[in-house]
Amino acid sequence: MKILVCISHVPDTTSKINFTDGDTKFDTNGVQFVINPNDEFGLTRAMWFKEKQGATVHVVNVGGAETEPTLRKALAIGADEAIRVNTEATDGFSVAKELAEVAKDYDLIIGGRESIDYNGGMVPGMIAELIGANFVNTCISLEIDGDTATAVREIDGGKETLKTSLPLVIGGQKGLVEESDLRIPNMRGIMQARKKPLNVKEPMGATAETNAVQFRKPAPKGNVKLVDTVDELVDLLHNEAKVI
Amino acid sequence: MSVLVYTESEDGKFKKIAQEAVSYARGIADAMNTSVTAIAIESGDATELQNYGANKVYQVKNDKLGTFNAAAYADIIGQAAKKEGSQVVIISSSANGRYVAPLVAVQLDAGYVPNVTALPESMSPFKVTHSVFTNKAFATTEFKTDVKVVGLAKNAYGVKENAVTATVEDFAPELSSDDFNVEVISVDKATDKVTIADAEIVVSGGRGLKGPENWGMIEELADTLGAATACSKPVSDMGWRPHSEHVGQTGKPVASNLYIAIGISGAIQHLAGINASKTKVVINNDPEAPFFKAADYGMVGDAFEIVPKLNEKLKEFKAQNA
Ligand SMILES: Cc1cc2nc3c(=O)[nH]c(=O)nc-3n(C[C@H](O)[C@H](O)[C@H](O)COP(=O)(O)OP(=O)(O)OC[C@H]3O[C@@H](n4cnc5c(N)ncnc54)[C@H](O)[C@@H]3O)c2cc1C
Ligand SMILES: Nc1ncnc2c1ncn2[C@@H]1O[C@H](COP(=O)(O)O)[C@@H](O)[C@H]1O
Repeated sequence: MKILVCISHVPDTTSKINFTDGDTKFDTNGVQFVINPNDEFGLTRAMWFKEKQGATVHVVNVGGAETEPTLRKALAIGADEAIRVNTEATDGFSVAKELAEVAKDYDLIIGGRESIDYNGGMVPGMIAELIGANFVNTCISLEIDGDTATAVREIDGGKETLKTSLPLVIGGQKGLVEESDLRIPNMRGIMQARKKPLNVKEPMGATAETNAVQFRKPAPKGNVKLVDTVDELVDLLHNEAKVI
Repeated sequence: MSVLVYTESEDGKFKKIAQEAVSYARGIADAMNTSVTAIAIESGDATELQNYGANKVYQVKNDKLGTFNAAAYADIIGQAAKKEGSQVVIISSSANGRYVAPLVAVQLDAGYVPNVTALPESMSPFKVTHSVFTNKAFATTEFKTDVKVVGLAKNAYGVKENAVTATVEDFAPELSSDDFNVEVISVDKATDKVTIADAEIVVSGGRGLKGPENWGMIEELADTLGAATACSKPVSDMGWRPHSEHVGQTGKPVASNLYIAIGISGAIQHLAGINASKTKVVINNDPEAPFFKAADYGMVGDAFEIVPKLNEKLKEFKAQNA
């Protein structure tokens, strides 16, 4: 089984969100970039398929050279090979078109439910539709047996078990593996990662269909109203906030 | 030309997000001087949608579509959009909406933007505002495509009554066997509980509650309020509560009218996921807890004292206002 894990390179969750150039660009100053958390769960599940079922695992990112440390980290966690499609990731649709070019050669394509930066939640579904593969989103468990896949998907208020077949694309999240299964690369992994192939592929040249032109931060919040009694609280919720 | 809107229903009832999506579609249609066509799949009485401004409803009846199926539903929405010549397709940014919308966008070769919070800033060029960085910021994004798929954030635009008279037509899409390649074999769902996605009120507990045995008072409070229960990430990681209750940047998003946080410190990753909630209440014994900076109302004190009292008071209030 050939697995491709799509890795999005995102600001770590504690990052301060600021914008520059007249609020038209995300300010990367002082920001630490990491593997998108949803993708890290997927990558860890892929390592399980590699170790238990002999799968090969490649990772891919669409982005500039600055994303290579993130791909190296994925190699240090245990992926066999990395691919970087050498173009700036602008919108989800064009990224999906670039990834679809790569993804057609794989049996299982693992992406995340969403990137925590732009929250598009679109790339895996678009890849599936572009290459005609099956697709399971918000996937919280995945087993593969030959060509058959059993997946569990989170739904509102519960979960649903699905049966499908390869080629398959998933949008994964926590649950695919537990938090405690995530791996911190060790020294040996980091040394090996330096020798593993990181292939740079030229883009097919998909153009963006949408373009973020302006950013703003939410208006600062007014001060919290502190109350001493539950009577006051209930009164405010009823008469002022009008939510009960 | 009409604005097309997909309406979600469950057990023969339209969801509130469906009413909201139609209200929003009406707003766009008015700005474009056109009509609203809604798609209702295995729903109940579709004429209800006329209350929010739908001029026409394409009703799809097909036993095989009783449970949500992204591939088939995407084909239906795509075919309806083509038939109507729609330039704007509205799909709620709910869990199912976000599953199906990217597939529709590919079929229509359309740009797609999820989590849109307001009517377009301008119609030409078509520009929308949407939340990004898990509610830590907003972006204004311009579409470059003729056809646009707009994902509507929950509880931002609101349900707006706008009664018109709708015609209801049966719509029989062409479906292929490929549409049924992902087959549901079982569903495991609590039917007696309000879900976080649908809830108007969410009561959430954090590590400050000390252990799973103390969740009784959280559930009682939620019962009194008709609320869903939720929790912070460490609480689900430790197995005190199921993962499905984990809210925040890496958990579920919450966009309720009221969010009550009990024994939750207010870490940036937690706040990111619940910021879209309208009114936030925090109960915490540490006045320095960061949550107080993000909340509308707060009580500094011991949750084990406050929560039972609050529950009693609310019961009284409910009895008086019933
Ligand atoms: C990559 C990443 C992603 C993350 N994603 C999320 C996420 O999606 N959601 C999320 O929630 N967290 C997330 N976190 C974790 C987050 O950083 C915090 O660790 C977490 O939110 C803290 O949970 P808590 O507030 O329940 O616990 P704590 O921070 O331990 O806070 C407990 C609070 O309870 C109060 N307390 C104690 N006793 C009482 C009492 N008797 N009465 C009243 N109050 C009391 C304390 O004063 C304290 O403020 C993420 C972290 C990382 C690194
Ligand atoms: N630039 C990218 N390179 C590789 N994979 C990506 C990229 N952007 C998004 N993805 C994948 O698509 C998922 C959803 O991303 P998004 O649609 O941007 O929210 C991510 O979790 C990744 O798996």
